[in-house]
Amino acid sequence: MTNHWIDLKNSDCILIMGSNAAENHPISFKYVTQAMQNGAKLISVDPRFTRTSARADFYTALRSGTDIAFLGGMINYILKNNLYNKEYTAAYTNAPFIVGKSYGFKDGLFSGYTKGKPEAGPSLGGYDKSQWAFEMDENKVPMMDRSLENERCVFQLLKKHYSRYTPDMVSKITGTSEADLINVYKTFAETGAKGKAGTIMYAMGWTQHTVGTQIIRTMAIVQLLLGNMGIAGGGVNALRGESNVQGSTDHCLLWHIWPGYLKTPSASKDSLSVYNASATPKSYDSLSANWWQNYPKYSVSLLKSFFGEQATQANDFGYNWLPKVDDGKAYSWFDLFDKMFDEKIKGFFAWGQNPACSGSNAGKIRKALEKLEWMVNVNLFDNETGSFWQGPGVDPTKVKTEVFMLPASVSVEKEGSITNSGRWMQWRYQGPKPMGDSRPDGDIILELGHKIKELYHKDGVLAEPILNLKWDYDTNGAYDPHKVAKEINGYFLKDITIKDKLYKKGTLVPSFAFLQADGSTSSGNWLYCNSYTEKGNMSARRSDKDAVNNIGLYPEFAWCWPVNRRIIYNRASVDPKGQPWDKDQWVIKFEGEQKDGKWVSNKWTGDVPDGGWYPLENPDGSKREDSKYPFIMRKHGHGQIFGPGRADGPFPEHYEPLECPVEKNFLNPQRVNPTAVVYSSSEDSHATCDPRFPFVGTTYRVSEHWQTGLMTRPQPWLMELQPQMFVEMSEELAKLKGIKNGERVKVTSARASVECTAVVTKRFKPFNIGGNLVHQVGVPWHFGWRWPSTGAEESANLLTPPAGDPNTRIPETKAFMVNVIKL
Amino acid sequence: MNLNRREFIQVSGATAAGLAVSTLGFDLKPVKSHAQMLKTKYAKETTTICCYCAVGCGAIVHTSKRGDGRVINIEGDPDHVINRGALCSKGASIKQLTENENRLTRPMYRAPYSTKWEEVSWDWALEKIAERVKKTRDDGFEKTNSKGQVVNRTTSIASVGSAAMDNEECWIYQALLRSLGLVYIEHQARI
Repeated sequence: MTNHWIDLKNSDCILIMGSNAAENHPISFKYVTQAMQNGAKLISVDPRFTRTSARADFYTALRSGTDIAFLGGMINYILKNNLYNKEYTAAYTNAPFIVGKSYGFKDGLFSGYTKGKPEAGPSLGGYDKSQWAFEMDENKVPMMDRSLENERCVFQLLKKHYSRYTPDMVSKITGTSEADLINVYKTFAETGAKGKAGTIMYAMGWTQHTVGTQIIRTMAIVQLLLGNMGIAGGGVNALRGESNVQGSTDHCLLWHIWPGYLKTPSASKDSLSVYNASATPKSYDSLSANWWQNYPKYSVSLLKSFFGEQATQANDFGYNWLPKVDDGKAYSWFDLFDKMFDEKIKGFFAWGQNPACSGSNAGKIRKALEKLEWMVNVNLFDNETGSFWQGPGVDPTKVKTEVFMLPASVSVEKEGSITNSGRWMQWRYQGPKPMGDSRPDGDIILELGHKIKELYHKDGVLAEPILNLKWDYDTNGAYDPHKVAKEINGYFLKDITIKDKLYKKGTLVPSFAFLQADGSTSSGNWLYCNSYTEKGNMSARRSDKDAVNNIGLYPEFAWCWPVNRRIIYNRASVDPKGQPWDKDQWVIKFEGEQKDGKWVSNKWTGDVPDGGWYPLENPDGSKREDSKYPFIMRKHGHGQIFGPGRADGPFPEHYEPLECPVEKNFLNPQRVNPTAVVYSSSEDSHATCDPRFPFVGTTYRVSEHWQTGLMTRPQPWLMELQPQMFVEMSEELAKLKGIKNGERVKVTSARASVECTAVVTKRFKPFNIGGNLVHQVGVPWHFGWRWPSTGAEESANLLTPPAGDPNTRIPETKAFMVNVIKL
Repeated sequence: MNLNRREFIQVSGATAAGLAVSTLGFDLKPVKSHAQMLKTKYAKETTTICCYCAVGCGAIVHTSKRGDGRVINIEGDPDHVINRGALCSKGASIKQLTENENRLTRPMYRAPYSTKWEEVSWDWALEKIAERVKKTRDDGFEKTNSKGQVVNRTTSIASVGSAAMDNEECWIYQALLRSLGLVYIEHQARI
């Protein structure tokens, strides 16, 4: 989330689309409700009428997988009716940037396309993104036209691109009526007025598509046009699903990034200096903060946390001890299980995760587990992954895989921090001791590390990284979360004087502005530098005193990254003179002194400003040269309406899901995303416009279960509330198939079939898609054969397809094709 | 009067003992205040953050100071600024997640082609795992790739998980995996 949960109350219009907050993030509704009591409008857009819809001022449905068409229509509506915030768009976004002449869009393809399988992995094709570059002036600064009139400027190209997204066209694709579309567009676009705030609450309903990243980009464009980024009650807010999925992402348990969103080095970066140079963007615009110019400080400090004193200038701080990926190749979830299925992976850790139920096309994952030599499964409960060898249809006597299953402790039995969706790091304490012989994950990891180190003390291939890994995180023989939390924050490793102040060796670094690239500081994650300082553990704070602006920031309750800034990009919440667009619910405000129409002292108040530079303009309107543009993480300092870094195009374009109910895309000749990731092993089948699978299928969650259900299915209360796998369908479809409410049916896809109880409901209605009647059904993905013990409830992910987004490689589990058959 | 929850309970506890009814300005039902006192008197009180979704709701855990030392009750934390005491159906069941007879409480092992789990000791399990890691890593270690570039990695071992771990656990886990040379490192955020 760019904002945070409590901040939802400051909104004037909340769009909930791609999530079902009332059921899946129930407590968020405390603040949605508060906003509504203050006059905010709530809009719910979902293929199914949910409990969120039941609370909304306005609900409408769309067919799964057509969100870009829906939102592209909103961009068109905003531009056609001049409802965008002109001052904000011209000053803070890249709308004025001039795009180079090699950029083009024709027949559903952007310039630079090559069909086929790029080296990265199975994909339908790829782009040469250099063709989408901006025009630069002689000083290598992007050329701009702040009047937004130049025909090659982003704004004009945007207008042209989305002029095709007429209500008539959008309605044909989404199945939403034109009147409903206009109603949503009009209501949300009203937040383009200064002092008004609109927000979006989305979740996996947007990410799990072959166009997932671009759906979110479409909304980000809407938010930039309306001036909704950086303000209270605005932003782009992903409702993350696991208690610490934000933290585990920040610390980068992901193949492509190192802690703090640093890049995993590839083979061609054969030294630290080459790596740093390639990862550090260069801006020649003195008004661009280009924050990532600090990259080497963060990467070197990270290496110092990895290897401690063993990391020296002479050995490149241990850079080459760490693994490199091949350039341009992907090692994502899909690729991992593809390689495992191909018997290339021999050992496997499933640590606090249940891929046998959570991965798309889970049948392939289950088969892949049989090909392993060994597996370690760490969890609270036995699960479908750990016990795959005795799962449905598996003969244990034919499965060679050796399995170690280790009992982990529940969160209340240990101490440490987690980070919520609003980036708040919060400390938890130990209540009871671990049950039985279970152990906190931290103790298991630490002990395993000690045991591996012992073996490498004797001998081993390239033992240096293992032996040199700093691993002193015990206190009295047990894992000590405080020691790790301090390492993540970082230390001064020698006495350093910064701005006339001496910082002693061995003390904690106050914030990432103090980190150094010469090895004199450590920090396990620069984003968390400031979380555990000489003032103490910031994440354990509990003050309910609000900040001076009284908008629910609670700056001394827990801690939030970066540097306790509660709303990021908040310098876009003020005008170029530093004064808030919204005088009532302001985030920050410039209160420096002025003399003769010029600012003469620097003072911000409110939230921690996104960089404390002077405002862009003086009170008399003259420009300042010591200021910076507000979008400091972007190389050029501007919010990206044109996104030339994306794999599938600088502007979002509607493409159908890999499996869809229409023969052609009504908007362009490309039916599916021409860069979609599609796998094709013997276990990876898909079928589109296939009469065997005539209905659109989607997956979702219920309040009473969580993810694959592993932490809820073994519980009697929750199982009583939601005991069975079910499929929701419209009354019309039930009639067509002769299915009655409560009957057991079979849902089939090109991959598998799963038994479900039919829930016949008014919550689904058939769609009119270009004149054809299209039915949609939905299944929850919380079940699996291990719990309940009947073994009759199975995972919806046996049905879901082997395809994903080209930017993130997140699977397309929200739109696929199925059939429903009466048993 | 501006009291947080703990101060309120202290005062209401005193009320039950017959003191300072007027401190709160109203009389509490004796039974209710007695119940609250029981919970705090014989239990250790700790705060936690819900382990389910990422709203980050606060909860209070009461752990018995006597007997088995297990959880007596877990409820929403009224002093937590996000949830102000409220919890959803899952959050309200954290006690049942913790005190659950279906939990794994011993390390288990399943040998190749075996049809059953066997209980094993932690030492045995972690030693064997360390041996497997070392053998698989060293057998398939790639110092260079097909282009001859230095890569120092193993693609024979993979890891998934976990968004269910604490930040500090995530950090040391990724450090261990990367020091071993793993590149197939993924978790819930990808899916």
